[in-house]
Amino acid sequence: MIEIRNLVKKYSGKTILGGINLDIKDGEIFSLLGPSGTGKSTFLKSIIGLVKPDGGSIKIDGADITKTFGEFEIQKIRKNFGYLFQEGALFDSLNVWENVAFGLRYLTDIKESEYLKTAGEKLELVGLKNSENLKISELSGGMKKRVALARAIAANPKYLLYDEPTTGLDPVTAETVSELIKEMSKKLKVTSISVTHDVKLALEISDRIALLNEGGFACLGTPEEIKNSKNGIVKEFIENSICRK
Amino acid sequence: MKCLILPSIGEHLINLARKLGQTWYMVGSVIFWLFRSKLEFRQIVKQTTRIGVDSVSVTTLTSLFTGMVLALQSGYSSKSLFNEPLYVGSVVGFSLVKELGPVLTAIVVAGRAGAAVTAEIGTMKVTEQIDALYTLGTNPSRYLLIPRYFAFMIALPLLTVFSDFIGITGGFIVSVVKLRVASSVYWDDIFMYMEIKNFMHGFIKSFFFAFIIATVSCYKGLHTEGGAQGVGMATTESVVSSMVLIMAVDYFVSALLVSIGIT
Repeated sequence: MIEIRNLVKKYSGKTILGGINLDIKDGEIFSLLGPSGTGKSTFLKSIIGLVKPDGGSIKIDGADITKTFGEFEIQKIRKNFGYLFQEGALFDSLNVWENVAFGLRYLTDIKESEYLKTAGEKLELVGLKNSENLKISELSGGMKKRVALARAIAANPKYLLYDEPTTGLDPVTAETVSELIKEMSKKLKVTSISVTHDVKLALEISDRIALLNEGGFACLGTPEEIKNSKNGIVKEFIENSICRK
Repeated sequence: MKCLILPSIGEHLINLARKLGQTWYMVGSVIFWLFRSKLEFRQIVKQTTRIGVDSVSVTTLTSLFTGMVLALQSGYSSKSLFNEPLYVGSVVGFSLVKELGPVLTAIVVAGRAGAAVTAEIGTMKVTEQIDALYTLGTNPSRYLLIPRYFAFMIALPLLTVFSDFIGITGGFIVSVVKLRVASSVYWDDIFMYMEIKNFMHGFIKSFFFAFIIATVSCYKGLHTEGGAQGVGMATTESVVSSMVLIMAVDYFVSALLVSIGIT
């Protein structure tokens, strides 16, 4: 379980996250909606300790990552996470299977001789069978997202963090990624947290959704509650997003 | 006027202090991980090959022509003074082995390999690949920096020795072909007057230069911001900073070595 209390983050004096409180239960799919530049990625990176908040606490199964300073201690907490970066963040000096297997060496006790097999299994899970030896430069945007997802799930994490999982993808590939997130949650029983401005994706996959606005949650609820919200900011954001689609 | 200058100086000093602190933190992290993790041998070999082997051709050309021009200049100067090209081998040997070999090789490596390291790490930074390393259970110091430090520390001293040899050979060619010095005279000039400590003087300095290039190129890469333009700026800054530091450190290390008898 992830418990976030009074999370504060400021950049150059400007408050990006102004005292966020949130509990994310095990197995839940949680989505954080919001326009670009509102601090969604900062929120996600704070959870895994890539960004140090200015205040508050984030407890991962009881361990507060904001109060953990030792490299090994932080890594111990991070072992529970898989992270899908917005642009994939694949290592272009490595090929597909080396990317997928990269974390196995540091996060698991799997023998080196098993890496290729494990990478193949994860690639199959995201629909990229027999693509192990492709170079990163040979992949399309959608394929890169899938390889990045395979890499994120390679070490069987308990929590999966998605940073804009459908940004830059065509509608068909976005739909596939959305299906994949649901599948990952179901098959691997992971807790998923995605930050996105894709309202359709959030409404489709989430158990709960929050809308981030001016450093706080403008609303927090189930997809139905969000759709029927009377809150002006929420209505405007959803209507604008759907109209654009 | 006073009001405008003082805050600007203060800001620069604060920035300098911040950068020094960040550099110290990075070097500390490299030392920490050096003793706390398994070495990435494959990465060390790969980086040493890239930094060392790929710099051989540029180093060869630079040191060959440096040796040649040294022989030419010293030969003709000596001819105009004494009517004979005297001590060409010694001048070429001492200049190259103690000073020009290590310094020019370091500058070539900073311009070629240092820039490449900054550009690579900088691109990784702006495309979140550095963050990805953290999420995959490792640390950039362990995976990226230690192999590059090793690579520079192995490759640069070896390239320096190679450069000394090529430079002296260049000097030999000009001495024999252009200045009509007998080849035995040229080599005698070198072996009679030069000692192993003269060679060690330059060789030791190359380790300091390697450390500077590794530190500057990795630091600039890790602190790159702002996309492609940021990578370009970081790369330029990396090369310029490395060159200036190499020149400055060259003086202080030379003075130190001379004071302890390694002249």
